[in-house]
Amino acid sequence: MLPDSTLQVRVWRSDPGNGAVGAFQEFEVPRYPSQTVLDVVTHIQRALDPTLAYRFACRVGMCGSCAMTVNGVPRWTCRTHVDKVLEKNQITIGPLRNLPVIRDLVTDMREFFDKWARAKGQFRGAATRKDDFAKVSPLSESRKQVDAGIECIGCAVCYSACDVVAWNRDYLGPAALNRAWTLLRDQRDSARLERLRAVAGDAGCHSCHTHMSCTERCPKGISPTAGIAGLKQEIARAVLHGVL
Amino acid sequence: MMQRASAAVLALCVAVHLATIIYAVQDGLTAAEILGRTRGSAAWFAFYSLFVLAATIHAPIGLRAALGEWLGWRGRSRDFALLIFAMLIAWMGMHAVVAVFA
Repeated sequence: MLPDSTLQVRVWRSDPGNGAVGAFQEFEVPRYPSQTVLDVVTHIQRALDPTLAYRFACRVGMCGSCAMTVNGVPRWTCRTHVDKVLEKNQITIGPLRNLPVIRDLVTDMREFFDKWARAKGQFRGAATRKDDFAKVSPLSESRKQVDAGIECIGCAVCYSACDVVAWNRDYLGPAALNRAWTLLRDQRDSARLERLRAVAGDAGCHSCHTHMSCTERCPKGISPTAGIAGLKQEIARAVLHGVL
Repeated sequence: MMQRASAAVLALCVAVHLATIIYAVQDGLTAAEILGRTRGSAAWFAFYSLFVLAATIHAPIGLRAALGEWLGWRGRSRDFALLIFAMLIAWMGMHAVVAVFA
């Protein structure tokens, strides 16, 4: 396929051995119809500079591995068409914000998942194999709330978009809190008090300022803001009932 | 939690405060007229003392978050500074309440 023209791409390259410092490197990339930003990064690595480090997996908008900062906005690069984000024939690509950089476009996601664990983002039921199946109606109010937030795949776009995460290094972040919310509203859950305690401190839901950057940027259409608002209400309720 | 509770109290206090002011300034108002109504009123004294208490709790907690986020200030020194700030608000507030309602 013949290229339509070329585009200018600025890509973050970190210094060898030190992901925290670096500079943008310029590339000229052939333009194609329906080209995605992931196509651009892939072209650079295969044809122009094989030392470029980046992550991807499914390349069809399902896994979230290809999340990067494109013109200042965290996005899935496989789901970002170049013509949607091009600014004066140029795109700037960098690693996700709020995470340590390992190299170039690759970030260390450990703190993202550690916070998920700190928010008690793990299911804990009380039933055993001897009990009957739990009957969970998809039409119940609580299940609808869970379903609205359950599709999170942990891509860290929301974490990257969040200003409070940038300003408060302890803040658990939208994804972890959203997961805590979905577990809290799960009728099979047996760890309610523990979950509320995990998200009630300085690092928890009360630090959310409702900027809604997470909701704006979530590629799965989840609203962590809604879940966090729910957590705030649940905590208030628990305090008023004297259980927290 | 204290932030929410004090916010609820403040919402009420501010609403009453504004409504009272708007009502009271109809047809003009002098300082002497105001003090004539407020001095010696135990009910208003109590109300405004509650207002001061709510502000003393609410403002430092809010400032704590802002200082942490904008200046990266954390730890004991921040909490100590905010305690001083809280005491300042309490003192200034009660000073005014006593002047107007006692």
